[in-house]
Amino acid sequence: MTKAPLLEIRNLTVAFDTPSGTVHAVNDVSYSIEEGETLGIVGESGSGKSVHALSMVGLIATPPGRIVRGEVIFNGRNLLALSQRELFDLRGREIGFVFQDPMTSLNPVLTIERQIAEPLRRHFGMSASQARIRVIELLELVGIPDAEQRARQYPHEFSGGMRQRVMIAIGISCNPKLLIADEATTALDVTVQAQILDLVRELKRKIGTTVIWITHDMGVVAGLADTVQVMYGGRIMESGPVRSVFYDPRGAYTWGLLKSLPHGERRGTNRLYQIPGNPPDLTQEPVGDPFAPRNPFATDRCRVETPPLVNAPDSVPGHKVAAWYDLRAEIQRMEGRP
Amino acid sequence: MSRYLLVKLLEALVAIWGVVTIVFFVSRVLGDPAILLLPVGASQQDLDTLRAGLGLDKPLIQQYAVAMLDMLRGNFGISFQHNRPAMDVVLERMPATFELAGTALIFGTLIGSVAGAIAALKRGTLAEFIVMIAALLGQATPVFWLGIMLILVFSVDLGWLPTGGSGTIAHLVLPGLTLSVFVSASIARLLRSSLLDIMREDYVRTARAKGLLPHTVFFWHIARNALIPVVTMIGIIAGELLGGSVVIETVFAWPGVGRIVVQAIQAQDFPVIQAGVALVAAIFILINLLVDLLYGVLDPRIRRR
Repeated sequence: MTKAPLLEIRNLTVAFDTPSGTVHAVNDVSYSIEEGETLGIVGESGSGKSVHALSMVGLIATPPGRIVRGEVIFNGRNLLALSQRELFDLRGREIGFVFQDPMTSLNPVLTIERQIAEPLRRHFGMSASQARIRVIELLELVGIPDAEQRARQYPHEFSGGMRQRVMIAIGISCNPKLLIADEATTALDVTVQAQILDLVRELKRKIGTTVIWITHDMGVVAGLADTVQVMYGGRIMESGPVRSVFYDPRGAYTWGLLKSLPHGERRGTNRLYQIPGNPPDLTQEPVGDPFAPRNPFATDRCRVETPPLVNAPDSVPGHKVAAWYDLRAEIQRMEGRP
Repeated sequence: MSRYLLVKLLEALVAIWGVVTIVFFVSRVLGDPAILLLPVGASQQDLDTLRAGLGLDKPLIQQYAVAMLDMLRGNFGISFQHNRPAMDVVLERMPATFELAGTALIFGTLIGSVAGAIAALKRGTLAEFIVMIAALLGQATPVFWLGIMLILVFSVDLGWLPTGGSGTIAHLVLPGLTLSVFVSASIARLLRSSLLDIMREDYVRTARAKGLLPHTVFFWHIARNALIPVVTMIGIIAGELLGGSVVIETVFAWPGVGRIVVQAIQAQDFPVIQAGVALVAAIFILINLLVDLLYGVLDPRIRRR
């Protein structure tokens, strides 16, 4: 018998009631993640990737947010059925978060020490001096030199990369079973981003946390994740092992994203591929495949009936796609044309 | 730090000099104090003698130079009306002004903070609506009108409280209340919007993601940041109130600095006007300096080394 997954999400659906109508942010999202796995979730802004993660632990404002239905089974418990108090105990302790933009995600008027110590004191009941020892340890772990002295400083005295390291230290402070990083490298320049990714890989090796890495950067996912999940219009369009999804995409959206990446060798000769059309209007009741209006291979069925996320034919186990069309056949037909 | 204070001190001196200069010339345009001081029908000779005695017969620019040099030595002249040093006349009124301003600040800040916090935390409820309507009315109502209405109701009709004067707690209630209404309304409105702004900040989400309890998130992450603009506002209000609430002190016959300056203006008692204005300006600047320093304590980003 296989071990139960650490996190299993079933039919999670989240909506926001706004003055301009109901925004269907997350639609019927289901997936599971094994202990020790690193899952990369890619998608553009508004694809529901951040919202679904925040809604799992009650971090979206309700109202206007509303969890329409679904279950989030984490470590044997349905998080959506927990009381407020149980959520307070869970957040930061069992599920750690690392947020986007370290410029604004740290409180400007509290010292770094205090901000890292808060979850330790809250969840482990540490005294100030106990917490201090652990804070220094964590700062050293995430590669901040002069930890003892830096702990007394404020966020504005840190560079962007250093702040992101602090955010990671906060995220892992209580040794959570699951670490959710939401666009954690997006605000950083490329070299710093590479350093942070190295750090995360090293930390994973050292403490073996399960990680959900939310990003819109395919490269980051390729370098970090075991499995990847592509989201669009609040749905999972394709998921599976990173190699399989990136080398043998079966969803037209994934294919379009990969095709629009620069390859380097054809400098200046070709314009980058661009997915035609605009992101979906989420205030519309979702009908059919959300990507159909922009999909050159869309069939009539795509426009009326939502495709389920099922195993991709002739691919590796675990590679799933939500598509009525057969991408491989379509591409062959397109390329085979005289 | 000492350099910063030195610069601030120089700035303060320049500001006080500017204010006193303006007041010096404006007050001299208003009229001739000798005519006011002497009984109607006084002879030209009496007038001239008095003017010479007060130093008002000299050319304006010479009067100005003498006054400035005296002020540098801390001498603001002798009050025309009271025949005593002008600064003494003003300083005697400070305790009363402090009493009234302190009362209004303490009660206004307490009530305003609680009301503002309720309005922000109970967003979209009847409680918020009531608080905001009350605050809007409190801020929009002219204080002199509110003062007169309170006197009419509580002093004239009900006879519970004195109409004016000072000395007992009962005397303090109505003017204190009137000013508190204005102070608390201003603070409630600013604190509410400041809290609502901060609640949307990313670091508040971070705090909640750490599993911190709501009161920790509120006091340490939201309120701690939302207070920064409120402190500035309290500073400005404190400066205004400590400079003498001219209108309220007049309405309630409260013997404070504001009232004595108004009386001095009516009597064209130039030295008292100058002493009063210089003192008020100095207090205002001092309070602002304190707010500046407090700002550094509240916000490490602008802390000075």
